Amino acid sequence: MNWLSDDAISRLQAASALPDLAGTRYRIIHRIGSGGMGAVYLAEDAVLERRVALKILDLPEDSGELATRLLREAQILARLEHPGIVPVHDAGTLSDGRVFYAMKFVEGQRLDRLIVSVGALSDRLRVFQRICDAVAFAHARGILHRDLKPDNIMVGPFGEVLVMDWGIAKILHQPAAPAAISGDEARDAISRDTLKTGHGTILGTPGYMAPEQARGEVENLDERADVYSLGAILQFLLIGCGATPRPVAAIALKAMAEDPAGRYASASEMGQDIARFLDGLPVSAYPETILRKAVRWGSRYQLAIVLVLTYLVLRIVLLMWFRR
Amino acid sequence: MTGDTKIGGRGGQFPATRWSAILAARSKDPAERSRALETIAAAYWKPIYKYFRLRWGKSNEDAKDLTQEFFTRIIEKDYLDGFDPAKARLRTFLRLCADRFLANEFKAAKRLKRGGGAQHVSLDFEAAEAELGRGRVSLSVAASPQAMDDFLEKEFVRSLFGLAVDKLREFCSRRGKQVQFQLFEAYDLVEEESERAGYAELARRFGIATTDVTNYLAFTRHEFRRIALEKLREMTASDAEFRREARALLGVEAE
Repeated sequence: MNWLSDDAISRLQAASALPDLAGTRYRIIHRIGSGGMGAVYLAEDAVLERRVALKILDLPEDSGELATRLLREAQILARLEHPGIVPVHDAGTLSDGRVFYAMKFVEGQRLDRLIVSVGALSDRLRVFQRICDAVAFAHARGILHRDLKPDNIMVGPFGEVLVMDWGIAKILHQPAAPAAISGDEARDAISRDTLKTGHGTILGTPGYMAPEQARGEVENLDERADVYSLGAILQFLLIGCGATPRPVAAIALKAMAEDPAGRYASASEMGQDIARFLDGLPVSAYPETILRKAVRWGSRYQLAIVLVLTYLVLRIVLLMWFRR
Repeated sequence: MTGDTKIGGRGGQFPATRWSAILAARSKDPAERSRALETIAAAYWKPIYKYFRLRWGKSNEDAKDLTQEFFTRIIEKDYLDGFDPAKARLRTFLRLCADRFLANEFKAAKRLKRGGGAQHVSLDFEAAEAELGRGRVSLSVAASPQAMDDFLEKEFVRSLFGLAVDKLREFCSRRGKQVQFQLFEAYDLVEEESERAGYAELARRFGIATTDVTNYLAFTRHEFRRIALEKLREMTASDAEFRREARALLGVEAE
């Protein structure tokens, strides 16, 4: 047996870790990151001459469970054609047996890293609104993300928001209008989903996971589990941008209610409350007294009130002047 | 991608078609146990020999005897019955077994050996001794269990990759792909990074096109990876353990 130097071992490790893309249209540029079941590479699509991100299983496996899960993730992404959800371009199996899928390469920053440079509350809330829009779209297509957290959200250079990592998404029900996936494929996906996430299986991230999800009550999960995660993301976004307005804090609290019945029924409802706050309108999570209503109303129509008051004062002054 | 997502559920077990030396070592069949010993010893004897030399400061003669007896006793004394991959990695377990063996059993083992104890494994100790000299091993590795574990980890990778290279050589030779292997040797196995020739230089040296260099290297690396993972499979008892070990072996651990 030849003695292998440390240099040779490092070379062999690097060469063995790289996926074999021979026979595909992709050329690896470098590894972007890696996670529980595979790695994501920046690659060049030689046919379309564009950069893509390739998510590839890092190892072969006997059970085929991870390959199924990766393909299922690609199928779910394919069903979710929305500007706020990373689009999938292609999926397949490499010559070395590893399953992969190609998706848009998102040039941007993860939300948790970006937030340090976005100080204004209104800017952060607009980003959050777009996250709610994307999640609401997925819910409308019958998909639950189940792992929403700042690390899984990318913000592009033009402020576009993309929700990533749908690896543990759950299919709740078939969409009203069928997407490109056939009924059989969808049913297969559902049965696989049920198989892998039986009662007691805990999937998600502590701190962002709804209590019922943390208890492994897979059958009881619905859109409100994602609403809880959105509430945790909103709380995260409120860190470091000064005093939190009470209506916004109330929105986060409502979203993170222990009992799902106390939360927003959907991401869409939550997003609407954020939009109402940004427009200076009352939010459903925060019942107002007359005084608070007056303060909000005053704050919203500040300019008009100042103009009217100025006009009235001038009018009185002029009236008194002529009477003299 | 995230590293802290928790995925529950039971770990997959090896399908019956996969042969695992760890499982075979617990077999009632002596032939199967002997085969398991050979497989485990082939991958681990050098790391363990070096461990005896470095950690315990044994002379090369004593380390030879210890290594021989240790691997024989792994089977005879059913050491591997106590191995639980959920609790420790195999090399950590073997290190602890080696310590226990050294502390409690070596004297008895030595007596047995002098009385004609069987030796099942043929090992090239001169090569291992030479490697200790070449490897520029710092004596500080013996200072802490963690440093020793790291050292064993590295030596195990070296040992397993060495076995995979040998198997790849045989494989290429059988298939008439000696040039491919020589190219792999000249490019990927060269000792120092500074001695590494470029693709154009290798193409000239081997009298082939530069694109052939790319293709030949892709082929041998593909086969090397396959063989190395096959070897690793033999050293693990479940799919979950294999995946964990393979990630460490290939340096693809989650970030």
